[in-house]
Amino acid sequence: MMAGLVAGIDVGGTFTDLVIVDPATGAVRLAKVPTTLPNQAPGVLTALEEAGADLADIDLIVHGTTTTTNAVLERRLAKTGLITTMGFRDVLELGRRTRPNAYGMHGRFVPVIPRDLRLEVPERMDARGTILTPLDEAAVRKAALRLREVGCESVVIHFLHAYANPAHERRAAEIVAEVWPNQHITMGHALLSESREYERGVTAAVNASVQPLLDRYVTRLADQLAARGYAHDLLVMNGNGGMVSARSVSKEAVKTVMSGPASGVMAAVATGRRAGMTNLLTYDMGGTSTDVAMIRNGRAPVSNEIEVEYAMPIHVPMVDVRTVGAGGGSIARIDAGGMLRVGPESAGSTPGPVCYGRGGTQVTISDANLLLGRLPAARFGQAAEAARQAMADQIATPLGLSVEQAAEAVVRIANIHMAGAIRMVSISMGADPRDFALFAFGGAGPLHAVALARELAVPTVLIPARPGITNALGCVVADLRQDFVRTLNRPLDAVDIDTVQAVFAEQDAEGRRLIGAESIRLQSVRAEFSADMQFVGQTHLLRVALPHGKPSRAELQRLFEAAYHHRFRVELPTIKANLVNLNVSVIGERPEMDLSALIEPEGRRAVAEPVSVRQVWFDGWVETPVYWRDHLPLSLSLTGPAIIEQMDTTIVIDPGCQVTSDTDGNLIVQVPHA
Amino acid sequence: MLDPVTLAVIQAGLQQVCDEMDLTFSRAAFSPVIAEADDRSDGIYSATDGSLIAQGSRGLPVFVGVMQFSTRTILERIRNGLTAAPDPGDIYMVNDPYLGGTHLMDVRFAMPVWRKGQIFCWLSNTGHWPDTGGMVPGGFSASAISAEQEGLRIPPVKLFKKGVLDTEIWQIICSNIRVSDQRIGDVQAQASALLIGAERLAVLLDRYGDATVTQAIAEMRTRAAQQMLAMIGLITDGVYQATAIVDSDGVVNEPLKIAVTVSKAADGLTFDFSESSPPCMGPMNSVRATTLSSVYLAMRHIFPDVPISAGAFEPLTVTGIEGTFLDAQYPRPVSGCAAEVSQRIAEAVFAALVQAIPDRVTAAPAGTSGNFGLGGYDPQTGQSYVMYQISGGGYGGNADHDGLSNGCSTIGISKAPPVEIMEQKFPVLYRHYALHEGSGGAGQHRGGFGLDYEIELLRGEARASFVMDHGRTGPLGAQGGQDGAVNRVEVTRDGETFVPPHLSKAQDIVLAPGDRVRVRTPGGGGFGDPAQRDPALVAEDVRLGRYSAAQARLLWNWPG
Repeated sequence: MMAGLVAGIDVGGTFTDLVIVDPATGAVRLAKVPTTLPNQAPGVLTALEEAGADLADIDLIVHGTTTTTNAVLERRLAKTGLITTMGFRDVLELGRRTRPNAYGMHGRFVPVIPRDLRLEVPERMDARGTILTPLDEAAVRKAALRLREVGCESVVIHFLHAYANPAHERRAAEIVAEVWPNQHITMGHALLSESREYERGVTAAVNASVQPLLDRYVTRLADQLAARGYAHDLLVMNGNGGMVSARSVSKEAVKTVMSGPASGVMAAVATGRRAGMTNLLTYDMGGTSTDVAMIRNGRAPVSNEIEVEYAMPIHVPMVDVRTVGAGGGSIARIDAGGMLRVGPESAGSTPGPVCYGRGGTQVTISDANLLLGRLPAARFGQAAEAARQAMADQIATPLGLSVEQAAEAVVRIANIHMAGAIRMVSISMGADPRDFALFAFGGAGPLHAVALARELAVPTVLIPARPGITNALGCVVADLRQDFVRTLNRPLDAVDIDTVQAVFAEQDAEGRRLIGAESIRLQSVRAEFSADMQFVGQTHLLRVALPHGKPSRAELQRLFEAAYHHRFRVELPTIKANLVNLNVSVIGERPEMDLSALIEPEGRRAVAEPVSVRQVWFDGWVETPVYWRDHLPLSLSLTGPAIIEQMDTTIVIDPGCQVTSDTDGNLIVQVPHA
Repeated sequence: MLDPVTLAVIQAGLQQVCDEMDLTFSRAAFSPVIAEADDRSDGIYSATDGSLIAQGSRGLPVFVGVMQFSTRTILERIRNGLTAAPDPGDIYMVNDPYLGGTHLMDVRFAMPVWRKGQIFCWLSNTGHWPDTGGMVPGGFSASAISAEQEGLRIPPVKLFKKGVLDTEIWQIICSNIRVSDQRIGDVQAQASALLIGAERLAVLLDRYGDATVTQAIAEMRTRAAQQMLAMIGLITDGVYQATAIVDSDGVVNEPLKIAVTVSKAADGLTFDFSESSPPCMGPMNSVRATTLSSVYLAMRHIFPDVPISAGAFEPLTVTGIEGTFLDAQYPRPVSGCAAEVSQRIAEAVFAALVQAIPDRVTAAPAGTSGNFGLGGYDPQTGQSYVMYQISGGGYGGNADHDGLSNGCSTIGISKAPPVEIMEQKFPVLYRHYALHEGSGGAGQHRGGFGLDYEIELLRGEARASFVMDHGRTGPLGAQGGQDGAVNRVEVTRDGETFVPPHLSKAQDIVLAPGDRVRVRTPGGGGFGDPAQRDPALVAEDVRLGRYSAAQARLLWNWPG
């Protein structure tokens, strides 16, 4: 049985990227077109046209979309109502009493659901799930009718302690569905069955308020694809790094927030696995921000506690990607004390860096890269001169430096900030960055990666064949994935171990059932088990990976102690362990995709020949050969300094670094450390 | 002179050392006050005078600049032979408020960093312990009249000697504090943060050289002073006055006055507090270190770009605190200084400077930590408990926008505990948890709203205590805006509702099952003339039930 083509499409802020792979021959087709907003579908269809694909030949289309991400961040949400416990409608507005920045008493917050659409009904459970006040069914009916009448499209039912006893939420949902037949009813406990009413409520509210938007978008897109001859399911990337059918994706629409960054990490996992590198720090630097994630043992990190912006926690399992506020557009300036600062203010993509010639006047990291010869001046024309002038006026003259020294300083400080942020990410995950390789992608990642590796004492940098389409590639290689969390929150010695094993078994079976229902060719289905644990009295959790789903009590204790010691170098024999959550991830692994055709074998030279030589600043001007990546031999071995250019990025190799290539066309840079 | 690039690089490096210490401390700590509420801070201090070199950006704001006073005291005492001189591996511990501290619960560790047998600098951190003994669990007694009633007072002693915990000192401490069994976890976390800081700092020193880093530290100090001066330059020369009123000291039911006169001159700002009230009998006294860092904290909120370092504080002079309750001496009780008085000092500074730079400063924020403590015995679990509900309130309106609702205290940045977690742990039921309607002070940009909650005791007997503020007067409006609503506590016992005599402070009110406590926290002050507010925004607030129609008519002359 021959499988057809597999297409991955990622819609980013600026570009929509497409990768089509023929699993039989390994042949690859690519397209990059401008993203269309707010409806992303025309861009997607254009990309498919541009690649010249006949949709009838495609077996599988996997789509990464920022539809829900943008809707949340810009609050362009479907009109959504809330039915909640009497006395608690303001939970979604009060948050958990913080402010956006530690210093500065300014700040705003807009709740996901406005106050007049948050309705209360009499009902109450206690913390053990015992009913204190029975559900007032007439009040639910009245509230549902009211929300329908004012034009709500979707509704959230969120009751206090529903994680302990969901009976009232379930009954209320039945009543709402009776009086208001509606595809968009979200029960708080259904997405996240753990305590913390704000986090659970926001997660549910975001789900409900992006559901109609996502539903419309994927339905329309699926119809348009079908009209053009596509005969299979459209799959959508979830934030957990797995994909789900477009038919069911909107049911848990909140899981698609962070879909883009997740697919980048999945591409890194797949690329690293083939390259024999399973410990990677992913480093995706764009125009305004940089995304960082830590891959250990070939597994993408998943967190249940992502906060997508101030006071916007989304507590469903998602790939743990941390965003650092530094990108090519980060602004450099001299502060009132005469110190050079870079960021966090950003020129973004409009007006953008001075060198873009789009009206930007403040110097940015990209301008500095240009002035140091790292970016090709020819690409920027007249604006390059404006960048030089701006650097002279704003940074070099006030500091008494040459323009090049000033530009170098800007890049160094930016690198130190990014390195610091990466180090903080690794420490918060209990790891040392030196044990990892840096996987650099995004438009600007490969410009800085080698310098960052120096700063972090990371020995190896991996630059994939196509850094600019990594997210789309992630769609092509992603697996099917279902995650489950069950909260126990009991001391380990008081836990019924049969219950633990039963929960694991039940969730494993449910995951396999859901994955089996998708018509996708799979190589295997496996489950990963873990427990979130802590010492009694602590609040932070440590995730303990379990080798199987039938752990004994002694095994849980031993694995937790080992994990704790590894993280904190502390043993606390007198304090009891607490078992908080049981996690199961069921993964439907797809056959490994041959990525070697991502590079163009034609046009390769026998030896690396520079296309030009230009002056690049590495502690002073250095004559630096510039290579065109598509011409490099596959058995590459060269020593920096070098600039390697390709369609979608520029790679800077510092003097003394060794570059080799593997058969997938990845560049592997060895960074010496003193 | 050091080149500007190396300077910036070293500054960023020192900052990261501190940030890593902060993170390590929180992640490893047991006490939720540290682990969840981040009630801790870490920094690097000068070997010669203990002055602040760099401080973690994730520390609790109340600790801005404060550990330089305790570090300085340790250095002086070592010089004077009052405290033993350090050997490598030693870590000192101190919580004495009168030796450069805050309140007793803030326990500081300090450790020298050694280079070639010499002390290069000190690392210090502070963590809020859940208990240090004293007459009430947790240490916040509203009625203490001497330091001994507030807890165990520890002078600078070496808790770790050459890297080893002194178990004798440790046993003395454990015998004098409540829930001591988990404290060893916090002690290890606090020490491990310093050790990781020392490791990171050594890498930095090895790379750039001790002499270069020393030079950079001196230069950073100069630059920070310049930057603060440049910011102060935005203020027109002149004198700006404001007064903040503390409800009472918890013992004597009379208001306390924090009166500040801010004078701007070319070389800096002087904050004169000499018209403030004398020391008080109850625990609302402040100590010198806390008063100074409250002023620094306020300035940091106004100019968040200026890095936290001794240099930034140089252009700021605080005078006239001697003889007032802002510079209390032993044995005056001080438990309220860190959480309450500090915020009110900051409020006085905001209220003075908003007159000068209204585009940078907001009207007054709620300005209280809203500490409601409930201690009792739960017959269902057979255990005693101490519960704290710390609450936020409205922030002040400002030149740009309305104030934030339910923001955390000026001195904090931590999250409030979820209602569901509170009900899991304690025998209470929340009857509502809602916006304090109508509480935002009227203005062109109104204040944010406070919180309105009510809890009912379900089982057993319990005692309620309150350490809050702003019960007499609301947070100050600015530029013609009105004050925010006052804090209001109501206790319903046996079906009868009453307000505690001190309004925002009370201790050991006995509750039985079915009794209730309702708290409404302050709204923020309004900013600008209410008549200037867009009528559409007034209508929107009424439509959303944030103000009643009657309130809107009264406050904004709303025609609806």
